[in-house]
Amino acid sequence: MNQEKIEKNVGLLIIFTLLVIIWGGLLEIVPLFFQKSTTQPVEGLKPYDAVRLAGRDVYLREGCYNCHSQMIRPFRAETERYGHYSVAGEYVYDHPFQWGSKRTGPDLHRVGGRYSDEWHRAHLRNPRDVVPESNMPAYFWLEKTPAMKTVGKDIEAKMQAMRKLGVPYDDAEIAGAKQALEGKTEEDVLIAYLQGLGTTLSNFK
Amino acid sequence: MSDFVSEFWNFYVIGIVLVSVIGCAVFLWSQGSANFTVGKTTGHAWDETLEEYNNPLPKWWSWMFYITVFFALAYLALYPGLGSFKGMLGWSSVGQWKGEQQKAAQQYDPIYQKFQQMDIQAVAADKQAMEMGKRLFLTYCMQCHGADARGSKGFPNLADSDWLYGGEPAQIVETISNGRMGVMPPHAHLGADTVKDLANYVRSLSGLSNDAVRAAKGQEAFMTAGCAGCHGMDAKGMHAVGAPNLTDGTWLYGSSEATIMETINNGRQNKMPAWKDFLGEAKVHLLTAYVYSLSNTK
Repeated sequence: MNQEKIEKNVGLLIIFTLLVIIWGGLLEIVPLFFQKSTTQPVEGLKPYDAVRLAGRDVYLREGCYNCHSQMIRPFRAETERYGHYSVAGEYVYDHPFQWGSKRTGPDLHRVGGRYSDEWHRAHLRNPRDVVPESNMPAYFWLEKTPAMKTVGKDIEAKMQAMRKLGVPYDDAEIAGAKQALEGKTEEDVLIAYLQGLGTTLSNFK
Repeated sequence: MSDFVSEFWNFYVIGIVLVSVIGCAVFLWSQGSANFTVGKTTGHAWDETLEEYNNPLPKWWSWMFYITVFFALAYLALYPGLGSFKGMLGWSSVGQWKGEQQKAAQQYDPIYQKFQQMDIQAVAADKQAMEMGKRLFLTYCMQCHGADARGSKGFPNLADSDWLYGGEPAQIVETISNGRMGVMPPHAHLGADTVKDLANYVRSLSGLSNDAVRAAKGQEAFMTAGCAGCHGMDAKGMHAVGAPNLTDGTWLYGSSEATIMETINNGRQNKMPAWKDFLGEAKVHLLTAYVYSLSNTK
């Protein structure tokens, strides 16, 4: 095959481009599915219950990941501030994971238990009320929106889908999902999600 | 023990990595040794006159490429990358982190130890200690108590001399180490009228405008409805349960009649997290001294 043929034939160009990408993927992606550290949960890791799973959807919908990472790197500067560095086994029930790539706000991977629920309420409604220097937007509508009207509407289907992806929910959990969300606002479920983040590996060194 | 579920994946990774690196080198070598004639074009023209030379690769460029191949092989020999092979340097990200921790411990532990052996009052008077305390405060405490330590609605001001759980060094250490659970139970069951009486009584305690008749009725209710159990017969609060002093003009949630009624009706709860395990005793000691200094020096 000579150079002219490859340069002039779009079909060949596509095929060779794909081959290069596949070759890279075979090495960079495929082995991850066969590593214990990336596929097995860390000891004590529990799947998100219905309330936290719904809260996670609020987190996704509002785009929290645009400004907050959930990945503490093994640098002293980070572990001093946030706690234990993150490990892959903590994310096995996250579909998709929320590592993020930009920290306009602080990392949230170990925010669970760090502040009181009351702090989160005040902070979500107007961040400036507790941190005057903050440039985070206010999410005041969350306290007024019942979770069952939005993120909780199809909670059972979501849990079924998660189960297909390998999250070990049992039937009783799925059956009780709607009841668990009853009467909760979006703010409640989001705070429940945040308060559970990163608490499996001790927050503390 | 290998991180892979089976040894196959070890050889799979090693295989692909080596084939790729060596493949690049072989391909480069074959291009370098192929027969090119300098000055000859590829033979096709685009856009009427646009032609392309088919010269051999410049020598400096091929040598750069050979260097990257050598670099890759050297890297794979020294650092982890070839399957389960850990690399000759034994480097790992966690190992590097541990090294950083150790170095920092060597550097900073003696300083913390020096302060830990001094009592809180002495540390609070030490300039270097207070610089360090301020940094710690700005990292771990400002989110709730504010950069100036003056708090906000629901989060206590640490720079005044009013204390929910006591401002003695031992009490501050306890608060930071083990946290606090502040719970004011809801009292809506008393009825809207009584709650309003109570609110007026509470306002009268610190000299705020109030309805005297309601305040008098409120005082009675204060004694009988259980308020005095936590806030004390004199309403001056109780450090043991974190019940605020209602007579001093300091308000955690606000002093308007409506806010006080909201507090009585729905109760209030908030939590100071425990920091003992995260920070360790030495840092708690330093932070205690910093918080102590805010209302006890100058």
